[in-house]
Amino acid sequence: MSVAAIELIGVDKRFGSVHANRDIHLTIEKGTIHGIIGENGAGKSTLMSILYGFYQADSGEIRINGKTTKITDPNAAIGMGIGMVHQHFMLVENFTVLENVMLGVEGAPLLKNGIAKARAELKRLEQEYELDVDPDALIEELPVGLQQRVEILKALYRGAEILVLDEPTGVLTPPEADHLFRILEQLRDQGKTIILITHKLREIMAATDNVSVMRQGAVVATRKTSETSVEELAELMVGRRVLLRVQKGEAQPGEVKLSVENLTVRDSRGVVMVDNASFTVRAGEIVGIAGVAGNGQSQLIETIAGIRAAVSGRVLLDGQLIDITGAADPGELRDRGLAHVPEDRHHMGLVLAFEEYENSILGYHDDPLYLKGPFLDIDAIKADARKKIEKYDIRPGDPNLKTANFSGGNQQKIVLAREIERDPGVLIIGQPTRGVDVGAIEFIHKRIIQMRDAGKAVLLVSVELDEIRSLSDRILVMFAGRIVGERDAEADEGELGCLMAGVEQLEAAE
Amino acid sequence: MSQPFAKLPAWADYGLLPLINLIVAFFVAGLVVLLVGESPIEAAVLMVKGAFGTGDGVGYTLYYATNFIFTGLCVAVAFHCGLFNIGGEGQAYIGGLGVAFVGLGLGDTLPWWIVFPLAIVASGIAGALWALIPAWLQARRGSHVVITTIMFNFIAASIMVYIVVQILKPMNIQSPETRVFGEGGQLPSLGWLLNAVGLNMRSAPLNLSFLVSLIAAFLVWVLIWRTKLGYEIRTMGFSPKAARYAGISEMRIIIIAMMISGALAGMMALNPIMGAQHRLQLDFVAGAGFVGIAVALMGRSHPVGIVLAAILFGMLYQGGAEIAFDMPNISRDMIVIIQGLVILFAGALEHMFRPTLQRIFHGFSLKKDQTAPVIAGGGQ
Repeated sequence: MSVAAIELIGVDKRFGSVHANRDIHLTIEKGTIHGIIGENGAGKSTLMSILYGFYQADSGEIRINGKTTKITDPNAAIGMGIGMVHQHFMLVENFTVLENVMLGVEGAPLLKNGIAKARAELKRLEQEYELDVDPDALIEELPVGLQQRVEILKALYRGAEILVLDEPTGVLTPPEADHLFRILEQLRDQGKTIILITHKLREIMAATDNVSVMRQGAVVATRKTSETSVEELAELMVGRRVLLRVQKGEAQPGEVKLSVENLTVRDSRGVVMVDNASFTVRAGEIVGIAGVAGNGQSQLIETIAGIRAAVSGRVLLDGQLIDITGAADPGELRDRGLAHVPEDRHHMGLVLAFEEYENSILGYHDDPLYLKGPFLDIDAIKADARKKIEKYDIRPGDPNLKTANFSGGNQQKIVLAREIERDPGVLIIGQPTRGVDVGAIEFIHKRIIQMRDAGKAVLLVSVELDEIRSLSDRILVMFAGRIVGERDAEADEGELGCLMAGVEQLEAAE
Repeated sequence: MSQPFAKLPAWADYGLLPLINLIVAFFVAGLVVLLVGESPIEAAVLMVKGAFGTGDGVGYTLYYATNFIFTGLCVAVAFHCGLFNIGGEGQAYIGGLGVAFVGLGLGDTLPWWIVFPLAIVASGIAGALWALIPAWLQARRGSHVVITTIMFNFIAASIMVYIVVQILKPMNIQSPETRVFGEGGQLPSLGWLLNAVGLNMRSAPLNLSFLVSLIAAFLVWVLIWRTKLGYEIRTMGFSPKAARYAGISEMRIIIIAMMISGALAGMMALNPIMGAQHRLQLDFVAGAGFVGIAVALMGRSHPVGIVLAAILFGMLYQGGAEIAFDMPNISRDMIVIIQGLVILFAGALEHMFRPTLQRIFHGFSLKKDQTAPVIAGGGQ
């Protein structure tokens, strides 16, 4: 048997009382794509940070190509042939591809020779791995898929034999993701070793040879991908059986609750973010808006929720106009039965520095229920918060705990409990399960379906196409601010992917 | 990982850390004293004795502390709204105009217990109005309050020179000040309070406004943590986006918070004007507005912390004066250096020792609890 590319023996790491990595034993074979999957907070990122030298393990041993090594900082990791492609790209936006690739390894104070050498080397890499990028293109002008390719080239340029990709598909459309997986396969076939970190089961099945599952800081299983199933992996991740696709009955749409007509929104720089969008949401249905992040979905729901001003168009709630000129009061919209679970729960949906009970009234703090004259009725607020904690199984169940100390899933439940318990007629939800663990996703999805079945109109925005497809009764696809298509829930994933990527030929052909 | 270090327990965060900062500040100040050839120990003894050893020492310490409580609260309220109001100096100065207005107008005819509440209101309104323009500029135009409030300090200083010298100063007085207020414009001293604990205050100017400052501290606590308005102010301070989402008007809340802040600074004027000098003099604020920033930082914008920090700075002022008096090598300027060091370590470098302390506590928690569970893991 050949020597393993990476061998981790008993790696252990604590942060205070958090045991981030427990006695990790992991072997990654040379020339394979090895997936590491786990919920948020399972310790994947910590483990990779140890491998890349950001953190030092408290104990344990790392062997690279059979040799015991100490990785003290990222430079040492690069020296050992480990390359990292971060979830958030580490590129200088207003530099060219070439400049970014040679950044930090320029070779000499004067760039002239370095540039010529780098250009030649880049050409060789591009040819060898079929990674075409124009070396003189500015990063900010490249689509994200290509930016990611530059990150990979950067790692290869530094002689990486082992590539670590941290949640690489978060910003990609499905076709772009598939393309990435093809590149990874090619790299593997050329002898590189690839570690793919993700929380998406589908990607593990599609792209990896082996997969290790992490739960609560430990590696709980390693499987050959061909010998496992999505169901088994999900169960290993959560530690119990999970329902991956929510069960739901036929939608029974009623009257139109929310109607958007020719809505156009610009951002502060004057760039059109929402372009002449029109649609309706009826009582008792879930309308999902699919799209790659940054195509105007955020601006669309913020405008409907009264947070952002529109340039033109109309929004009607229960047949009554909403003021979308920027003077709208989200508080007034709440009174009219429009609840909003914002995409950005850390900065908008919650005040992380607040105690849990304080967040349980955010936006509803005008309600006499929570007030005694000008004073907060703390007892009433806490009693109310406790009720929601119980009903939504928010853990830990302590209304006095600082919100920042809750896990992502529980934070999301705090927001959902607050908005849903108000029994709104229209519910707008942005990214309901972003950064939320699998166990909580199931719960949140069930709640959303319950809202629909109770005859509420639900507008759902998510960058997770799977989520949109499993929850929505109708799917709208947004691209570059425009609604480029409407499909029913049974729509083919490839077709939706093309719409999301802005391929309009499909549309034209119909 | 979002939390690489163990969180400090509250007692360490609010007690131990400020204490360490203070000890380091005094240690460095001691080196300075040593450098000019005096004994740091003696200086320290002189300072504490001067501030707390005698009745009039305590009287002066608390008199200075009164100023700092007001200006500290001023900075804290704005801070809770995410605003850095460094215009306390000017707001307090203009607040003096309100006190003088009431003191000159009514002091001759009405008893103090009627004049005083009116003076509180007038000083508060004057300070609030002076904060209104920067507040409006911030809320409406996005002009940063740090810039506007500090410029308004200068404007206030010039306006006050003009008003005092050209308008309020009687013809027969040489110095730039108003005439002495009538009986009703003079606050009772708190000598009886110190007498009750066996101290003789003699001529120290401690007066009723000290108690008003304590009441103000309590009311600020109620406002910030127990009212809807305070909830809105804190939401705005932590996250303007969350405030927008919650339907809290940014414009309204910024203006209200700044005006409350300015009103608190304005009330500081009660202490020196109605409590001690019984007339409006130029430069009566004497830097208290800026000390308030250090007091608020050190007191973590919490009224209890502010009262304690204000008393500490009162001690530095009063004890410092004693040192300057008794130690020939230490001038008034040296005292300012020492005060500056305390501000530096306790205020500006407040977080310097935090990582180290966190590491130490992290070490403890490792030893204590080897099988600690993962915090809040999993949703179900």
